[in-house]
Formats: sequence, C-alpha cells, structure tokens
Amino acid sequence: MSGDGDGRRGRRGKSGSEPSMVPRERPTSYYGRPIVKGPVWKPEIPFYFFFGGLAGASACLAAAATFAGRPRLARRAWAGAFVGVSVSPVLLISDLGRPARFLYMLRVVKVTSPMSLGAWLLAANGGATTLAAALNVLMPKRRGGFPEVGAALVGAPLTTYTAALITNSAIPAWSEARIEMPFVFGASAAASAAGAAMLTVPAEEAEPARALGIAAVVVEEAAWRVMLRRLGPLAKAYEDGAPGRDDKAARALGAAGAVAFALGSRRGPGSVRTHRAVSTAGGALLLAGAVFRRWAVFKAGIASAADPHQTADLQRERMAAEGRPGA
Amino acid sequence: MSAHLIATPSAATYGEEAKPRKGFFTDTSVCIGCKACEVACKEWNHVPPDPQGFSGSSLDNSGELGANRWRHVAFIEQKVSVGIEEAAPESFVEEAARQNLVEEGLDPHSDEDGFRWLMSSDVCKHCTEAGCLDACPTGALFRTEFGTVVVQPDICNGCGYCVVSCPFGVIDQRKGDGRVWKCTMCYDRLKDDMEPAGAQACPTDSIQYGDLEELRERAARRVERLHERGRGEARLYGDSEDDGVGGFGAFFLLLDEPETYRLPADPVVPTRRSPEVWAAALGAAAALIGGVAASFLGRRP
Repeated sequence: MSGDGDGRRGRRGKSGSEPSMVPRERPTSYYGRPIVKGPVWKPEIPFYFFFGGLAGASACLAAAATFAGRPRLARRAWAGAFVGVSVSPVLLISDLGRPARFLYMLRVVKVTSPMSLGAWLLAANGGATTLAAALNVLMPKRRGGFPEVGAALVGAPLTTYTAALITNSAIPAWSEARIEMPFVFGASAAASAAGAAMLTVPAEEAEPARALGIAAVVVEEAAWRVMLRRLGPLAKAYEDGAPGRDDKAARALGAAGAVAFALGSRRGPGSVRTHRAVSTAGGALLLAGAVFRRWAVFKAGIASAADPHQTADLQRERMAAEGRPGA
Repeated sequence: MSAHLIATPSAATYGEEAKPRKGFFTDTSVCIGCKACEVACKEWNHVPPDPQGFSGSSLDNSGELGANRWRHVAFIEQKVSVGIEEAAPESFVEEAARQNLVEEGLDPHSDEDGFRWLMSSDVCKHCTEAGCLDACPTGALFRTEFGTVVVQPDICNGCGYCVVSCPFGVIDQRKGDGRVWKCTMCYDRLKDDMEPAGAQACPTDSIQYGDLEELRERAARRVERLHERGRGEARLYGDSEDDGVGGFGAFFLLLDEPETYRLPADPVVPTRRSPEVWAAALGAAAALIGGVAASFLGRRP
C-alpha cells in the first residue's frame, strides 16, 4: 500500500470485506512516522547524566576515603562530588530555560515520577555533599560522620535514578533495558568518579580509586553486553549510526583508561613520575568514556523512538507471546 | 492486573464534585477527512499555526499530533479489491455502470486496481492510567472532574518528561515556549456543559462526545452492525479497561490494524514497569556502595 512504502506488509486479500483473514508479515506504519515521541531534551541533559553520576559516585568514594583515613583521596573526591553537584542544576536550569522553572520541580513529591524523585535526590545530595566537602576542607583529619554517610547514601541512587528516568518511558530501546541500564549508569558513574580522583591524587593514596576504576569498566562492559543481548532486535538502536559510534568511543576510552590505571600502578614498570602521568591520563580517558556512554544511550533513545517498527514489533511480539487475540 | 503503582488520580477524588467520565468515540468508518475538527480545535483553543508544506503523504499535510496540533486527521490510501464483482446489481443503471467500468479496463478482481480511503481523526486518549500525568514532576498535569487529563500551562516547567512517557506520542513541547501542550477535551467548554469543539464541528458524527459508559455501549452496537453488514475488519480500539492504560477516555472504531493509523497495538503506561525500574535502580545503587567499599578493603593507607 502507498501508505507505507517499505513493503513490510503482506498483500491484502481479494475481498474487501474480509481483509483480517489474510495473515500479514509485519505491522505496517503510517508513512513511516514514529508512534512515540523521542526526547525533546537539549544536549544539557546527557551531560547532566554524566555530572550527576560524577557527583553521586564521587560522594560515595569520598565518604569511603574519609572513613578509611585517606584524607588526600577524600579531598579530591569531595571536590569531584562538589563540582558534579554544582554543575548539575546549572545544566538542568539551562535545559528548562530559567531558574524558577527548576523550583517548580520542588513543589510536589511524586512517587510515580522518577523526574520528581530525582530532583529531590539532587537537592538532598547537593546539601549533604556541600556540608561534607566543607567539613573535610576545614578539618583535614576528620574521620567522617553523618554528612558523609548522608551524601553517600543519597549519592548512590543519584547515579542510577537517571537510568530509571529514561527506562520508565514509552521508548522501546530504553524501557526494555530497564534491568541493566542502572548498572551501566552506576558503573559508568563509578568510573568517572575514579577518573576524576586519579587526575590529581598522589600515588600513595590512589589505590582504592585505581581498583574502583578498573572494576567499574569491567562491570560496565559486562552490563552493557547483557543489555544488548537481552534487547534483541531493539539493540539496533544502540549499535547503528551515531549512537553506535558513541558506544564504540565509550568502550574504547573505558578500556584504554583501565589499561592506563593498571600500568600506572606502583607495582608496574617505570619511574614514579611515569606512573603518575599514566594514571592521570587514565583518569581523563575514563571521564571522556563516561561522557560518551551517556550520549550513546541518549541518542539510542532518539533513534528507537523515531522507528515506528521498534514500537510496533515489540508490542506485537508481546501480544503473540501472551497468546492474545489480534496478535 | 498485576500489582503496580497507580497514582493516577481518578475523578472520584473530587467527591461530590465528580462528574460522569466524559469521552470521545471516534467512528472512523464515517470519517470523510474534512478536517473540520482540526480547524475547530485550533480556533477554539487558540492553538498557534505551524509551518506546513506538501508532505506527499496523501492528503495529510499536517503530519501528526503535537504541541500545535491537538487533533489530527490521518489519510490512508489502500489498494484493495473494490468488491463490485460481488455486489448483486440493484438496478440496471448500476449493472450498466459496472459493465462499463470493466470494459474501460478496470479489473475488479485485481489488487492493483481496487482502492480505498481510511480516514481518522486522532486525539489525546485521556488514558485511565496516564503516562504523562504519572511522569509530571510539577503537578502541572492533572485529572479533571470529568476524568480527562489536562496541562496547566502556568505550572508546567517544560521538563519534557511527559513527552517520552506517552505511549501514543501525543503530548509535545512547543518550540520557543518550552512548555508542553495537548488536547484538553475543551475543558472550558465541558465546564459549561458544552460539547468539545472538534465533536461539534464534525459533520458526520464520526467524533461522538458524551458519557464514556454510554459511548462504549454505542460503539459495541455500531461494530456489531458493521460486522453484520460484512465489514469484518471493523474493530474497537481502546474500549477495554483491561488494556495497558486501563482503557481510553477517547477510543476508536478502526477499519484496519492500529499501526496503519500510527497507533500502538498494545500501549502500556510506563508506570506499570516502575516496580521493576526502581528495583533495578536501587539494586545498582547498593552495588555501587558495595563496590566502592570493596575497593578500600585490604588496603592500608
């Protein structure tokens, strides 16, 4: 039929009165137009996913370093957390258009809206991180307390709620990744927090961040692979075109960063100064990889929404699997 | 239905001020594609114009529902048998006309020569469980006393989350304004006991407005009558409360699969997935805390 143009649909029967008797190969579309709408968010939002993740995971790393008595690692991680949580609202306000619009988020608490809960998480993390960071700067010998615990407890879900935000949507390639995506985001956030800390931390206190960075890259890659496999045909949204290119960049940067972290270890060959330089480079690579990871996911959502067959096929397969009439 | 978060308030929360749930029944079998509803909707609601060119998609040059189009008439051209070979001649004139057509080269038995129009006026479905309403972080989207779903423009902050939460791609952000807009089922008119503009403008009663319960009964009778007349392809869409959005406030009688009309066959409100979504997000958050703690274990500063 002329309304489709891509020939996906079977020929209709001869009789106009009984077309439903003719089995069709695949659902058709309306001139190839999307069924669901893609995100209308500005580029600020994927960058916010990165900075929010950096803030939350850095708060966890910083709190652990404070309690473990690694003050120099703690101070750098608190700085990362503070930068992340300070840049985040600026990005959100820039997306919304003006500051007052961000405050509208805080007029209600809505459990059905990950956006609402996330705004409150960000506000709570902002307060706790600012207090903990200030205390750690003012009292270098501090061994931790309620502000640190609070910042970490709110920080961890701050890194993963953004995954809940996008998977709690009508976009097929996002929604169907709802189990794995928070692990991808959490691991990517951990990699960025480790990366930020490793930029400047002295070698004798760097080991936990180094271990965290390497583990995060491994976990992220594993979660990503599981996600793509379980997505089946929907994985196309992550693999083709612009999202696919960003994904390749994210994986390459992450792997390179992890290798640099391993080579930069004190046990590796070379001088102390070389170790330090390699570790710093590894940190920068992990940060860049985390940015590309969020962009790959964001662009995949746009691609998935734009393809009416992703929406239609998923629903038809579900109907067929459940043996519902009309499938 | 399995257990799921339902925070979508119902008109019942209005207590004594609650009104019977209102809705649209769009019978596409009598839509003539005149677009009077599109025009009436724009005029009444002061919906801004948007650039419109020649789309090449049959007679549809307005595309799809969006911030500046709260009603949209779809045009679908299909090559199907016209079925005149089966019709018993009711008069000599008809028989002659049929013979004439065949002699002129039209083959009524061929797929290629038959042709039919499908036309349908699409609109916000005003879902029982509305994805946009659940997603809204500001409370700008609300359930009215008529059971419809409406955006309050003075509270909307333009976060755009409802846009990706609608299984039908209805609600949309307006460029330059940043806020979202969609059909209100003419909330202002409903409060004055008036019919929504689109339904009033419809010359064939393809768009019928009224109490949802009564519309559902009317629709069931209509589809039954069409089946009796041999229109086996007629089916109701969105009339059942057992679907993934708890039933539509605005439902349809279609003559083909929903996808043909740019409609999802099995829409599910994202909120029904929320327990899984949050279990995964909190599980991953706990894993993050555990991973960070583990990276300090066994290491002395």
